[in-house]
Amino acid sequence: MAFPADFKYTKEHEWIKIEGNTGTIGITDYAQQSLGDIVFVELPKVGSDLTSGKSFGTVESVKAVSDLYAPVSGTVIEVNQELATAPEKVNSDAHGAWMVKVTLKDPNEANGLLSVADYEKFVAEEH
Amino acid sequence: MRKTALNAVHRQLGAKMVDFNGWDMPVEYPKAGGLVAEHMAVRNSVGIFDVSHMGDIRVHGPQALAAVQHMTMNDASKLAIGQAQYSALLYPQGTFVDDVIVHRLGEDDYLLVINAGTREKDVNWVTGAAKDFDCKVEDLSDNYTQIAIQGPNGWKVLQKLTDADLTRVKFYWFTHGTVCGLPNTLIARTGYTAEDGFEIYVPTDEATSARVWNEIMEAGKEFGIVPCGLGSRNTLRLEGALSLYGHEISDTITVWEARLDRFIKMEKGGFTGRDALAKQKEQGLKRVLVGLENVERGIPRDGYKVFDLGGREIGYVTSGSPAPFLKKNIALAYVPLELSAVDTEVAVEIRGQQVKCKVVPTPFYKRPKKA
Repeated sequence: MAFPADFKYTKEHEWIKIEGNTGTIGITDYAQQSLGDIVFVELPKVGSDLTSGKSFGTVESVKAVSDLYAPVSGTVIEVNQELATAPEKVNSDAHGAWMVKVTLKDPNEANGLLSVADYEKFVAEEH
Repeated sequence: MRKTALNAVHRQLGAKMVDFNGWDMPVEYPKAGGLVAEHMAVRNSVGIFDVSHMGDIRVHGPQALAAVQHMTMNDASKLAIGQAQYSALLYPQGTFVDDVIVHRLGEDDYLLVINAGTREKDVNWVTGAAKDFDCKVEDLSDNYTQIAIQGPNGWKVLQKLTDADLTRVKFYWFTHGTVCGLPNTLIARTGYTAEDGFEIYVPTDEATSARVWNEIMEAGKEFGIVPCGLGSRNTLRLEGALSLYGHEISDTITVWEARLDRFIKMEKGGFTGRDALAKQKEQGLKRVLVGLENVERGIPRDGYKVFDLGGREIGYVTSGSPAPFLKKNIALAYVPLELSAVDTEVAVEIRGQQVKCKVVPTPFYKRPKKA
Protein backbone atom coordinates (compact mmCIF):
# COMPACT_ATOMS: atom_id res chain seq x y z
CA MET A 1 0.00 0.00 0.00
CA ALA A 2 1.54 3.31 -1.05
CA PHE A 3 0.56 6.58 0.61
CA PRO A 4 1.32 9.88 -1.13
CA ALA A 5 4.26 11.69 0.43
CA ASP A 6 2.71 15.14 0.02
CA PHE A 7 -0.38 14.29 2.13
CA LYS A 8 -0.78 14.55 5.90
CA TYR A 9 -2.67 11.85 7.80
CA THR A 10 -4.82 11.23 10.90
CA LYS A 11 -4.95 8.21 13.17
CA GLU A 12 -8.57 7.84 12.04
CA HIS A 13 -7.24 7.25 8.52
CA GLU A 14 -8.15 10.49 6.79
CA TRP A 15 -5.71 12.24 4.49
CA ILE A 16 -5.41 15.93 3.72
CA LYS A 17 -3.51 17.61 0.94
CA ILE A 18 -2.69 21.20 1.73
CA GLU A 19 -2.13 23.75 -1.04
CA GLY A 20 -1.83 27.29 0.21
CA ASN A 21 -4.88 27.99 2.34
CA THR A 22 -6.90 25.08 0.95
CA GLY A 23 -7.09 21.53 2.26
CA THR A 24 -8.43 18.58 0.23
CA ILE A 25 -9.67 15.72 2.42
CA GLY A 26 -10.32 12.03 1.83
CA ILE A 27 -9.83 8.64 3.48
CA THR A 28 -6.79 6.46 3.00
CA ASP A 29 -6.40 3.30 1.01
CA TYR A 30 -5.97 1.48 4.30
CA ALA A 31 -9.34 2.83 5.48
CA GLN A 32 -11.20 1.82 2.34
CA GLN A 33 -9.71 -1.65 2.54
CA SER A 34 -10.79 -2.09 6.15
CA LEU A 35 -14.29 -0.86 5.34
CA GLY A 36 -14.83 -3.07 2.31
CA ASP A 37 -17.36 -2.29 -0.43
CA ILE A 38 -18.35 1.35 0.07
CA VAL A 39 -21.97 2.06 -0.83
CA PHE A 40 -22.78 5.44 0.69
CA VAL A 41 -20.89 8.63 1.50
CA GLU A 42 -22.61 11.40 3.43
CA LEU A 43 -20.87 14.77 3.23
CA PRO A 44 -21.52 18.26 4.62
CA LYS A 45 -22.83 21.12 2.49
CA VAL A 46 -20.69 23.87 1.04
CA GLY A 47 -20.36 26.62 3.63
CA SER A 48 -20.49 24.37 6.69
CA ASP A 49 -17.72 24.49 9.26
CA LEU A 50 -15.47 21.58 10.16
CA THR A 51 -13.87 21.28 13.58
CA SER A 52 -10.60 19.43 13.88
CA GLY A 53 -11.13 15.97 15.39
CA LYS A 54 -14.93 16.15 15.04
CA SER A 55 -17.11 14.09 12.72
CA PHE A 56 -18.04 15.84 9.46
CA GLY A 57 -19.77 13.00 7.65
CA THR A 58 -20.06 9.25 7.32
CA VAL A 59 -18.95 6.58 4.96
CA GLU A 60 -20.86 3.31 4.81
CA SER A 61 -19.81 -0.05 3.50
CA VAL A 62 -22.23 -2.94 3.15
CA LYS A 63 -21.33 -4.05 6.66
CA ALA A 64 -20.58 -0.91 8.63
CA VAL A 65 -20.99 2.80 9.22
CA SER A 66 -17.88 4.87 9.85
CA ASP A 67 -17.55 8.49 10.87
CA LEU A 68 -15.32 10.86 8.93
CA TYR A 69 -13.17 13.00 11.22
CA ALA A 70 -11.91 16.41 10.23
CA PRO A 71 -8.11 16.53 10.17
CA VAL A 72 -8.27 20.33 10.54
CA SER A 73 -10.81 23.07 11.20
CA GLY A 74 -12.12 25.01 8.24
CA THR A 75 -15.01 25.94 5.98
CA VAL A 76 -16.21 23.66 3.19
CA ILE A 77 -15.79 25.28 -0.22
CA GLU A 78 -16.39 22.26 -2.42
CA VAL A 79 -17.91 18.78 -2.10
CA ASN A 80 -17.12 15.86 -4.40
CA GLN A 81 -20.58 15.29 -5.86
CA GLU A 82 -19.39 12.31 -7.83
CA LEU A 83 -19.33 10.23 -4.66
CA ALA A 84 -23.09 10.56 -4.25
CA THR A 85 -23.64 8.38 -7.30
CA ALA A 86 -20.31 6.51 -7.40
CA PRO A 87 -19.21 5.87 -3.81
CA GLU A 88 -17.21 2.84 -5.02
CA LYS A 89 -14.62 5.32 -6.36
CA VAL A 90 -13.36 5.48 -2.79
CA ASN A 91 -12.52 1.77 -3.02
CA SER A 92 -10.87 1.95 -6.42
CA ASP A 93 -8.93 5.18 -5.85
CA ALA A 94 -8.96 6.27 -2.21
CA HIS A 95 -6.22 8.86 -2.60
CA GLY A 96 -7.84 10.36 -5.70
CA ALA A 97 -11.47 10.24 -4.53
CA TRP A 98 -11.42 13.35 -2.37
CA MET A 99 -14.47 14.18 -0.29
CA VAL A 100 -14.37 17.86 0.62
CA LYS A 101 -12.18 20.89 0.08
CA VAL A 102 -11.91 23.39 2.90
CA THR A 103 -10.44 26.78 3.57
CA LEU A 104 -8.15 26.29 6.55
CA LYS A 105 -9.01 28.16 9.70
CA ASP A 106 -5.44 27.94 10.97
CA PRO A 107 -2.69 26.71 8.61
CA ASN A 108 -0.52 25.79 11.62
CA GLU A 109 -3.09 23.20 12.74
CA ALA A 110 -1.80 20.79 10.09
CA ASN A 111 1.57 20.61 11.81
CA GLY A 112 0.01 18.30 14.39
CA LEU A 113 -0.92 15.70 11.76
CA LEU A 114 1.02 12.58 10.84
CA SER A 115 3.61 12.64 8.09
CA VAL A 116 3.56 9.80 5.56
CA ALA A 117 6.37 8.02 7.45
CA ASP A 118 4.51 8.32 10.76
CA TYR A 119 1.29 7.11 9.17
CA GLU A 120 2.93 4.12 7.52
CA LYS A 121 4.40 3.17 10.88
CA PHE A 122 1.01 3.63 12.56
CA VAL A 123 -0.74 1.40 10.00
CA ALA A 124 1.95 -1.27 10.31
CA GLU A 125 1.44 -1.35 14.06
CA GLU A 126 -2.34 -1.43 13.83
CA HIS A 127 -2.36 -4.23 11.30
CA MET B 1 -11.34 -17.52 20.98
CA ARG B 2 -12.60 -20.72 19.32
CA LYS B 3 -11.37 -21.69 15.91
CA THR B 4 -12.71 -24.00 13.25
CA ALA B 5 -10.43 -26.55 11.61
CA LEU B 6 -10.28 -24.26 8.57
CA ASN B 7 -8.89 -21.25 10.45
CA ALA B 8 -5.45 -21.50 8.84
CA VAL B 9 -7.05 -21.83 5.41
CA HIS B 10 -9.00 -18.60 5.90
CA ARG B 11 -5.91 -16.74 7.05
CA GLN B 12 -3.96 -18.03 4.10
CA LEU B 13 -6.68 -16.74 1.80
CA GLY B 14 -6.25 -13.32 3.37
CA ALA B 15 -9.67 -13.30 5.02
CA LYS B 16 -10.66 -10.44 7.26
CA MET B 17 -11.39 -12.20 10.56
CA VAL B 18 -13.87 -11.18 13.25
CA ASP B 19 -15.06 -12.39 16.62
CA PHE B 20 -18.45 -13.97 15.97
CA ASN B 21 -20.03 -15.20 19.21
CA GLY B 22 -16.60 -16.18 20.49
CA TRP B 23 -15.50 -17.72 17.20
CA ASP B 24 -12.65 -16.41 15.08
CA MET B 25 -14.45 -16.39 11.72
CA PRO B 26 -13.89 -14.88 8.24
CA VAL B 27 -16.19 -11.92 7.56
CA GLU B 28 -15.01 -11.48 3.97
CA TYR B 29 -12.17 -12.37 1.63
CA PRO B 30 -10.95 -9.09 0.11
CA LYS B 31 -8.52 -10.88 -2.23
CA ALA B 32 -11.42 -12.84 -3.75
CA GLY B 33 -13.29 -9.59 -4.35
CA GLY B 34 -14.92 -9.00 -0.98
CA LEU B 35 -18.47 -9.12 0.32
CA VAL B 36 -20.38 -7.93 -2.74
CA ALA B 37 -18.47 -10.21 -5.12
CA GLU B 38 -19.08 -13.12 -2.74
CA HIS B 39 -22.78 -12.33 -2.57
CA MET B 40 -23.09 -12.11 -6.37
CA ALA B 41 -21.13 -15.35 -6.87
CA VAL B 42 -23.68 -17.22 -4.74
CA ARG B 43 -26.65 -15.68 -6.58
CA ASN B 44 -25.17 -16.24 -10.03
CA SER B 45 -22.95 -19.31 -9.72
CA VAL B 46 -21.36 -20.73 -6.56
CA GLY B 47 -19.65 -19.83 -3.29
CA ILE B 48 -18.18 -21.85 -0.42
CA PHE B 49 -18.62 -21.13 3.30
CA ASP B 50 -17.07 -22.56 6.45
CA VAL B 51 -20.03 -23.02 8.80
CA SER B 52 -18.31 -25.35 11.24
CA HIS B 53 -19.20 -23.05 14.12
CA MET B 54 -22.77 -24.32 13.84
CA GLY B 55 -23.63 -26.97 16.45
CA ASP B 56 -25.02 -30.45 15.98
CA ILE B 57 -27.11 -32.41 18.48
CA ARG B 58 -28.08 -36.02 17.89
CA VAL B 59 -31.18 -37.41 19.57
CA HIS B 60 -31.59 -41.16 19.17
CA GLY B 61 -33.26 -44.12 20.84
CA PRO B 62 -36.72 -45.69 21.05
CA GLN B 63 -38.49 -42.46 22.06
CA ALA B 64 -36.39 -40.06 20.00
CA LEU B 65 -39.37 -38.97 17.88
CA ALA B 66 -41.52 -38.28 20.93
CA ALA B 67 -38.69 -36.23 22.44
CA VAL B 68 -38.14 -34.23 19.25
CA GLN B 69 -41.89 -33.65 18.91
CA HIS B 70 -42.03 -32.44 22.50
CA MET B 71 -39.16 -29.94 22.12
CA THR B 72 -39.68 -28.59 18.58
CA MET B 73 -42.53 -26.70 16.89
CA ASN B 74 -42.63 -28.35 13.45
CA ASP B 75 -44.03 -31.85 12.93
CA ALA B 76 -41.07 -34.25 12.93
CA SER B 77 -43.40 -37.22 12.45
CA LYS B 78 -43.81 -36.07 8.85
CA LEU B 79 -40.12 -36.57 8.14
CA ALA B 80 -39.00 -39.52 6.04
CA ILE B 81 -35.53 -40.89 6.66
CA GLY B 82 -33.29 -38.61 4.64
CA GLN B 83 -35.52 -35.57 5.03
CA ALA B 84 -34.96 -32.35 6.97
CA GLN B 85 -37.20 -29.52 8.17
CA TYR B 86 -36.82 -26.01 9.52
CA SER B 87 -38.07 -25.87 13.09
CA ALA B 88 -37.37 -24.26 16.45
CA LEU B 89 -36.86 -25.01 20.12
CA LEU B 90 -39.30 -22.91 22.14
CA TYR B 91 -39.60 -21.73 25.71
CA PRO B 92 -42.94 -22.31 27.44
CA GLN B 93 -43.75 -18.64 26.64
CA GLY B 94 -43.66 -19.41 22.90
CA THR B 95 -40.40 -17.52 22.42
CA PHE B 96 -37.21 -18.93 20.93
CA VAL B 97 -34.46 -20.98 22.51
CA ASP B 98 -33.10 -21.25 18.96
CA ASP B 99 -34.13 -22.15 15.43
CA VAL B 100 -32.92 -25.52 14.19
CA ILE B 101 -32.88 -27.80 11.20
CA VAL B 102 -34.12 -31.26 12.17
CA HIS B 103 -32.72 -34.10 10.05
CA ARG B 104 -34.13 -37.60 10.32
CA LEU B 105 -31.05 -39.81 10.09
CA GLY B 106 -32.72 -43.15 10.77
CA GLU B 107 -35.78 -44.87 12.22
CA ASP B 108 -35.32 -43.35 15.70
CA ASP B 109 -32.42 -41.07 14.99
CA TYR B 110 -32.49 -37.27 14.58
CA LEU B 111 -29.84 -34.60 14.08
CA LEU B 112 -30.56 -31.02 15.14
CA VAL B 113 -28.33 -28.40 13.54
CA ILE B 114 -28.19 -25.31 15.76
CA ASN B 115 -26.61 -21.85 15.90
CA ALA B 116 -23.06 -21.15 17.05
CA GLY B 117 -23.93 -18.50 19.61
CA THR B 118 -26.45 -20.73 21.39
CA ARG B 119 -24.60 -24.04 21.39
CA GLU B 120 -24.21 -24.61 25.13
CA LYS B 121 -27.67 -23.25 25.91
CA ASP B 122 -29.22 -25.49 23.25
CA VAL B 123 -27.39 -28.63 24.35
CA ASN B 124 -28.53 -28.07 27.94
CA TRP B 125 -32.06 -27.30 26.81
CA VAL B 126 -32.34 -30.38 24.60
CA THR B 127 -30.81 -32.59 27.29
CA GLY B 128 -33.36 -31.29 29.80
CA ALA B 129 -36.28 -31.57 27.39
CA ALA B 130 -35.39 -35.18 26.53
CA LYS B 131 -34.82 -36.45 30.05
CA ASP B 132 -38.27 -38.06 30.44
CA PHE B 133 -37.94 -39.90 27.15
CA ASP B 134 -36.11 -43.11 26.43
CA CYS B 135 -33.45 -41.62 24.17
CA LYS B 136 -29.90 -40.35 24.16
CA VAL B 137 -28.76 -36.79 23.52
CA GLU B 138 -25.26 -36.37 22.14
CA ASP B 139 -23.47 -33.11 21.41
CA LEU B 140 -21.66 -33.76 18.12
CA SER B 141 -20.77 -30.10 17.54
CA ASP B 142 -17.05 -30.71 17.65
CA ASN B 143 -17.23 -33.77 15.40
CA TYR B 144 -17.85 -31.97 12.12
CA THR B 145 -16.31 -29.47 9.82
CA GLN B 146 -19.42 -28.15 8.10
CA ILE B 147 -18.91 -26.70 4.64
CA ALA B 148 -21.69 -25.02 2.64
CA ILE B 149 -21.51 -24.97 -1.16
CA GLN B 150 -24.18 -22.50 -2.21
CA GLY B 151 -25.52 -21.18 -5.49
CA PRO B 152 -27.18 -22.48 -8.66
CA ASN B 153 -23.95 -24.22 -9.73
CA GLY B 154 -23.24 -25.65 -6.27
CA TRP B 155 -24.55 -29.08 -7.15
CA LYS B 156 -22.35 -29.29 -10.25
CA VAL B 157 -19.25 -28.55 -8.18
CA LEU B 158 -20.10 -31.08 -5.49
CA GLN B 159 -21.14 -33.69 -8.06
CA LYS B 160 -17.56 -33.79 -9.34
CA LEU B 161 -16.40 -34.86 -5.88
CA THR B 162 -19.00 -37.44 -4.87
CA ASP B 163 -20.48 -40.75 -6.01
CA ALA B 164 -23.90 -39.76 -4.66
CA ASP B 165 -26.40 -38.76 -7.37
CA LEU B 166 -27.17 -35.21 -6.29
CA THR B 167 -29.95 -34.77 -8.84
CA ARG B 168 -31.94 -37.21 -6.69
CA VAL B 169 -31.53 -35.13 -3.54
CA LYS B 170 -34.36 -32.62 -3.32
CA PHE B 171 -34.23 -29.33 -1.42
CA TYR B 172 -34.31 -30.03 2.33
CA TRP B 173 -33.41 -33.69 1.83
CA PHE B 174 -30.04 -35.32 2.44
CA THR B 175 -28.08 -38.43 1.60
CA HIS B 176 -24.84 -40.13 2.56
CA GLY B 177 -22.05 -40.70 0.07
CA THR B 178 -18.34 -40.64 -0.52
CA VAL B 179 -17.08 -37.05 -0.80
CA CYS B 180 -13.43 -36.39 -1.64
CA GLY B 181 -12.73 -40.03 -0.78
CA LEU B 182 -14.44 -39.77 2.62
CA PRO B 183 -17.06 -42.53 2.86
CA ASN B 184 -20.50 -42.09 4.43
CA THR B 185 -20.40 -38.30 4.41
CA LEU B 186 -23.63 -36.48 5.24
CA ILE B 187 -24.65 -34.38 2.21
CA ALA B 188 -27.67 -32.12 2.79
CA ARG B 189 -29.40 -29.89 0.26
CA THR B 190 -29.79 -27.09 2.78
CA GLY B 191 -28.33 -23.64 3.36
CA TYR B 192 -28.84 -20.13 4.60
CA THR B 193 -28.53 -18.11 1.41
CA ALA B 194 -32.02 -18.31 -0.15
CA GLU B 195 -30.32 -20.14 -3.00
CA ASP B 196 -29.97 -23.78 -3.98
CA GLY B 197 -26.96 -25.44 -2.36
CA PHE B 198 -25.49 -28.16 -0.21
CA GLU B 199 -23.97 -28.53 3.22
CA ILE B 200 -21.53 -31.35 3.89
CA TYR B 201 -20.29 -32.67 7.22
CA VAL B 202 -16.71 -33.95 7.26
CA PRO B 203 -14.26 -34.94 10.04
CA THR B 204 -12.80 -32.05 12.02
CA ASP B 205 -9.10 -32.80 11.70
CA GLU B 206 -7.33 -29.88 10.09
CA ALA B 207 -5.66 -31.82 7.30
CA THR B 208 -8.88 -33.46 6.09
CA SER B 209 -10.90 -30.25 6.45
CA ALA B 210 -8.34 -28.25 4.46
CA ARG B 211 -8.08 -30.94 1.80
CA VAL B 212 -11.86 -31.04 1.27
CA TRP B 213 -12.06 -27.22 1.16
CA ASN B 214 -9.27 -27.06 -1.40
CA GLU B 215 -10.73 -29.82 -3.54
CA ILE B 216 -14.06 -27.97 -3.64
CA MET B 217 -12.26 -24.76 -4.60
CA GLU B 218 -10.43 -26.61 -7.37
CA ALA B 219 -13.60 -28.32 -8.63
CA GLY B 220 -15.40 -24.99 -8.56
CA LYS B 221 -12.78 -23.10 -10.55
CA GLU B 222 -14.60 -23.53 -13.85
CA PHE B 223 -17.69 -21.97 -12.24
CA GLY B 224 -15.78 -19.08 -10.69
CA ILE B 225 -16.24 -20.31 -7.12
CA VAL B 226 -15.25 -17.85 -4.39
CA PRO B 227 -14.77 -18.29 -0.64
CA CYS B 228 -17.53 -16.47 1.24
CA GLY B 229 -17.54 -15.04 4.75
CA LEU B 230 -20.11 -14.13 7.36
CA GLY B 231 -20.67 -10.75 5.69
CA SER B 232 -22.19 -12.18 2.52
CA ARG B 233 -23.84 -14.96 4.51
CA ASN B 234 -25.73 -12.20 6.32
CA THR B 235 -26.70 -10.18 3.23
CA LEU B 236 -27.75 -13.34 1.38
CA ARG B 237 -29.98 -14.53 4.20
CA LEU B 238 -31.39 -11.03 4.64
CA GLU B 239 -32.45 -10.84 0.97
CA GLY B 240 -34.20 -14.15 1.57
CA ALA B 241 -35.70 -12.76 4.83
CA LEU B 242 -34.33 -15.75 6.73
CA SER B 243 -34.32 -15.25 10.50
CA LEU B 244 -31.15 -14.81 12.52
CA TYR B 245 -31.16 -15.65 16.22
CA GLY B 246 -30.70 -12.54 18.37
CA HIS B 247 -32.22 -10.41 15.59
CA GLU B 248 -35.55 -11.55 14.10
CA ILE B 249 -36.01 -14.29 16.70
CA SER B 250 -34.99 -14.37 20.37
CA ASP B 251 -36.14 -15.31 23.85
CA THR B 252 -38.49 -12.30 23.87
CA ILE B 253 -40.06 -12.79 20.42
CA THR B 254 -42.79 -15.34 19.68
CA VAL B 255 -43.32 -17.51 16.63
CA TRP B 256 -46.37 -15.53 15.47
CA GLU B 257 -44.55 -12.21 15.81
CA ALA B 258 -41.67 -13.57 13.73
CA ARG B 259 -44.23 -14.76 11.17
CA LEU B 260 -42.90 -18.29 11.09
CA ASP B 261 -46.45 -19.66 11.04
CA ARG B 262 -45.77 -22.13 8.27
CA PHE B 263 -43.15 -23.96 10.37
CA ILE B 264 -45.35 -24.45 13.43
CA LYS B 265 -47.80 -27.33 13.58
CA MET B 266 -50.29 -26.59 16.34
CA GLU B 267 -52.34 -29.66 15.40
CA LYS B 268 -49.51 -32.14 15.96
CA GLY B 269 -50.22 -32.34 19.70
CA GLY B 270 -48.49 -31.02 22.80
CA PHE B 271 -45.09 -29.36 22.61
CA THR B 272 -43.26 -26.80 24.67
CA GLY B 273 -44.55 -23.31 23.93
CA ARG B 274 -47.82 -24.46 22.36
CA ASP B 275 -50.16 -23.26 25.10
CA ALA B 276 -48.71 -19.76 25.23
CA LEU B 277 -48.89 -19.53 21.45
CA ALA B 278 -52.49 -20.71 21.36
CA LYS B 279 -53.31 -18.00 23.86
CA GLN B 280 -51.44 -15.31 21.95
CA LYS B 281 -53.25 -16.29 18.77
CA GLU B 282 -56.55 -15.83 20.57
CA GLN B 283 -55.60 -12.49 22.07
CA GLY B 284 -54.07 -11.14 18.89
CA LEU B 285 -50.64 -9.76 18.11
CA LYS B 286 -49.28 -6.35 19.02
CA ARG B 287 -46.25 -6.38 16.74
CA VAL B 288 -45.05 -8.36 13.74
CA LEU B 289 -41.96 -8.65 11.61
CA VAL B 290 -42.13 -6.85 8.26
CA GLY B 291 -39.84 -6.17 5.35
CA LEU B 292 -38.89 -2.55 4.70
CA GLU B 293 -37.42 -0.93 1.64
CA ASN B 294 -36.03 2.59 1.57
CA VAL B 295 -38.07 5.26 -0.15
CA GLU B 296 -35.63 8.04 0.76
CA ARG B 297 -31.85 7.79 0.75
CA GLY B 298 -30.16 6.07 3.68
CA ILE B 299 -29.26 2.65 4.99
CA PRO B 300 -31.30 1.18 7.83
CA ARG B 301 -29.11 -0.84 10.19
CA ASP B 302 -29.62 -3.36 13.00
CA GLY B 303 -31.13 -1.68 16.06
CA TYR B 304 -32.25 1.56 14.40
CA LYS B 305 -35.58 2.90 15.66
CA VAL B 306 -38.73 2.90 13.54
CA PHE B 307 -41.30 5.74 13.72
CA ASP B 308 -44.69 6.35 12.21
CA LEU B 309 -44.95 9.37 9.93
CA GLY B 310 -46.31 11.35 12.86
CA GLY B 311 -43.01 10.94 14.69
CA ARG B 312 -44.16 8.36 17.24
CA GLU B 313 -41.64 5.59 17.96
CA ILE B 314 -43.25 2.29 16.95
CA GLY B 315 -40.57 -0.35 16.61
CA TYR B 316 -37.02 -1.22 15.62
CA VAL B 317 -34.93 -2.71 12.84
CA THR B 318 -33.77 -6.28 13.54
CA SER B 319 -31.49 -6.47 10.49
CA GLY B 320 -30.81 -3.84 7.87
CA SER B 321 -28.29 -3.54 5.05
CA PRO B 322 -27.70 -2.67 1.46
CA ALA B 323 -28.85 -5.69 -0.56
CA PRO B 324 -26.10 -6.38 -3.09
CA PHE B 325 -28.16 -8.41 -5.57
CA LEU B 326 -31.37 -6.37 -5.32
CA LYS B 327 -29.40 -3.11 -5.26
CA LYS B 328 -31.75 -1.60 -2.67
CA ASN B 329 -31.46 -0.83 0.99
CA ILE B 330 -33.64 -3.26 2.91
CA ALA B 331 -34.50 -4.13 6.48
CA LEU B 332 -36.52 -6.44 8.65
CA ALA B 333 -38.27 -4.65 11.49
CA TYR B 334 -40.85 -5.09 14.21
CA VAL B 335 -43.81 -2.73 13.85
CA PRO B 336 -47.34 -2.67 15.30
CA LEU B 337 -49.80 -4.93 13.51
CA GLU B 338 -51.82 -1.94 12.28
CA LEU B 339 -48.77 -0.57 10.44
CA SER B 340 -47.68 -3.87 8.91
CA ALA B 341 -49.63 -3.86 5.65
CA VAL B 342 -47.64 -3.77 2.40
CA ASP B 343 -47.06 -0.20 1.14
CA THR B 344 -47.50 1.35 4.58
CA GLU B 345 -44.97 4.16 4.97
CA VAL B 346 -42.88 4.44 8.11
CA ALA B 347 -39.61 6.18 8.97
CA VAL B 348 -36.33 4.74 10.17
CA GLU B 349 -34.18 7.06 12.24
CA ILE B 350 -30.74 7.17 10.68
CA ARG B 351 -28.28 9.37 12.61
CA GLY B 352 -31.03 11.64 13.85
CA GLN B 353 -32.82 11.89 10.49
CA GLN B 354 -36.23 10.38 9.81
CA VAL B 355 -35.77 8.46 6.58
CA LYS B 356 -38.90 7.24 4.83
CA CYS B 357 -39.29 3.51 4.14
CA LYS B 358 -42.24 1.39 3.07
CA VAL B 359 -43.43 -2.06 4.00
CA VAL B 360 -42.79 -4.56 1.21
CA PRO B 361 -43.58 -8.27 0.84
CA THR B 362 -40.98 -10.77 2.05
CA PRO B 363 -38.83 -12.51 1.07
CA PHE B 364 -37.18 -9.61 -0.71
CA TYR B 365 -35.50 -12.14 -2.99
CA LYS B 366 -36.87 -15.43 -4.26
CA ARG B 367 -34.66 -17.65 -6.34
CA PRO B 368 -35.87 -18.33 -9.86
CA LYS B 369 -37.65 -21.63 -10.38
CA LYS B 370 -35.65 -24.16 -12.31
CA ALA B 371 -36.44 -24.13 -16.01
